[in-house]
Amino acid sequence: MKLSNYPIDGKYGKYGGQFVPEILMEAIAELENAYTQACADPEFQHQLDYYLAKFVGRPTPLYYAKNLTRKLGGAKIYLKREDLAHGGAHKINNTLGQALLAKRMGKTRVIAETGAGQHGVATAIACAALGLKAIVFMGTDDCERQRLNVFRMKLLDAEVHPVESGSKTLKDAINEAFRDWVTNLESTYYLIGSTMGPHPYPMIVRDFQSIIGKEIKQQFTATADKLPDALIACVGGGSNAMGTFHPFEDDIDVKLFGVEAAGEGIKSGKHAATLAAGQEGIFHGMYTYILQDKNGQIENTTSISAGLDYPGVGPEHSFLKTIKRANYVYATDKEAVEAFLILCKTEGILPALESSHALAYALKLAPQMSRDQSIVVTLSGRGDKDVETIAKYTGAQI
Amino acid sequence: MITLNETFQKAKAKGEGLLIGYITAGDPTPDQTPKIADALIRGGIDILELGLPFSDPIADGPTIQAASLRALNAGTTPIKVLDMARQIKAEHDLPIVVMTYYNPVFCFGVDGFLSRAKDAGVDGFIVPDLPLEEAGDYQKAAKARELDTIFLATPATSMVRLRKIVDASSGFLYLVSRFGVTGTQTSLSDSTLQLIKHVRPFTATKVPLAVGFGISKPKHVQQVIAAGADAVIIGSAFINIVKNNISNPLVALQELQATARALKSATQP
Repeated sequence: MKLSNYPIDGKYGKYGGQFVPEILMEAIAELENAYTQACADPEFQHQLDYYLAKFVGRPTPLYYAKNLTRKLGGAKIYLKREDLAHGGAHKINNTLGQALLAKRMGKTRVIAETGAGQHGVATAIACAALGLKAIVFMGTDDCERQRLNVFRMKLLDAEVHPVESGSKTLKDAINEAFRDWVTNLESTYYLIGSTMGPHPYPMIVRDFQSIIGKEIKQQFTATADKLPDALIACVGGGSNAMGTFHPFEDDIDVKLFGVEAAGEGIKSGKHAATLAAGQEGIFHGMYTYILQDKNGQIENTTSISAGLDYPGVGPEHSFLKTIKRANYVYATDKEAVEAFLILCKTEGILPALESSHALAYALKLAPQMSRDQSIVVTLSGRGDKDVETIAKYTGAQI
Repeated sequence: MITLNETFQKAKAKGEGLLIGYITAGDPTPDQTPKIADALIRGGIDILELGLPFSDPIADGPTIQAASLRALNAGTTPIKVLDMARQIKAEHDLPIVVMTYYNPVFCFGVDGFLSRAKDAGVDGFIVPDLPLEEAGDYQKAAKARELDTIFLATPATSMVRLRKIVDASSGFLYLVSRFGVTGTQTSLSDSTLQLIKHVRPFTATKVPLAVGFGISKPKHVQQVIAAGADAVIIGSAFINIVKNNISNPLVALQELQATARALKSATQP
């Protein structure tokens, strides 16, 4: 069985599925139908391609980081520059695709969850461009931490609904988005931001994000007669990683590395490394790895990067871990910040703190590989949003 | 011990509807739950629905979310909930159904948890995030232990699905009255009554029909029963009483009993 054929009946091996309230079952079936039809419609693909080229600025470059490569003295490091996509992150690939789908389905109101605000901003951008009303749910703790993104969303004409419940962060924003969706089912499209939730969301988000991996393949093979030896991407819910991995899933010589956020360290208990330290469970509509206590209650997570601060992970990652197709490793806050600073200095690029986790692992891996080998690191977003956090972490005054 | 089925038959013979009372187990503290249950049962509820608190209750509104948080903060665990059920069963002969999101059950082990539940005297389960398509293992485990599996139907459920859900349900069918989450509202909408009339023929000869979400007043109860439901489920209205009297538990118990009595009278002709 080719790995790229999954999901089968909504599942990746045993993972995935549709663990949602009955009231949503018809809605997700309708979504799957609409998506299947859209995929078969050249006009839909044409529209999406148009926006990706003219509005997002794709293809994003595959950049050879020669200074960093020289510094590490091992494998060549290439950066897939999703930070250069409109909005400053890969999130727009998915929000544009889904917003076009929402429009096609006749929905007028789009809801979304956001943690750091990147998916919220990308949703607001796509909705403004396509004339849809955007409502973004965001935990009050995150609203406080990411005030600039809240204001950005408002400028882009989105409504931001602060969420007071639970831990007041991403998982609670998702809970609240589900609650809104069941209440306004007729008019509303739920635009999920990662490869998570009930089927077909993990598939839809992966497919829209697969443009990342497809471009890597084209761009890399344009100058080399082989594929890269390793791909590295950070994993929160897992959308930039799935988008990077998916076109390479059946190229078994290409090693895949997903890097989770280990926060203050796995042993400290304060982390968001779901695949490394979690167990199987049922959460947010999917059977996957989750962080939970011994009674099955979902645990709060800790990470310096709000975008990786989530106690679940996309079901396809759980599958790739179980069958050992991908390796899941982790980087601590400290390692991510170090990688952030190194890339700033060596290459003149400010990476997002999320992407800095992927870089941190590249810093470890590259010196262990030979000079004729190559690593592609997906730089999922730019780090302008994180400079305040970096200043606080390093004790700098700004 | 009276079963769900017998409870419905008894009410039918009397020509009245049933009142199902929901409380979040462990709210505000585990030791209060048997007392709260006792007050509701004295007030006249026919079936007790015991909510097992979960950290992320996506089908619940603010009232039950807050109750779940209070219960978890007070140290409520899945096993303690079963202990509460056992304690209530020791004093009262009425069916108890447990409402739980799937993860706590899955985490414990479906077979193990259902065995323990059966042993504690639990009659059935309502699992709001476990639709029919995903319920295979759970149905098998429940059937083997003669636990009733109560599925939910909603205003968004197609007729094709409704038939399958009715066929898979035992004990009763839980009809969600509206688009939305749990919580009280001031008036009952016409669409709820139409929904009951629409669903009634599907359940009539197969399984009792219970209606929940947004029902809080005796007048709503009358309307729902008159529209053809066999039972009404009341939750948030009871939990609001618990919440408003946390520092005065005796007043809470008196009010719960009086409120249950008024709601129960509304099920009677």
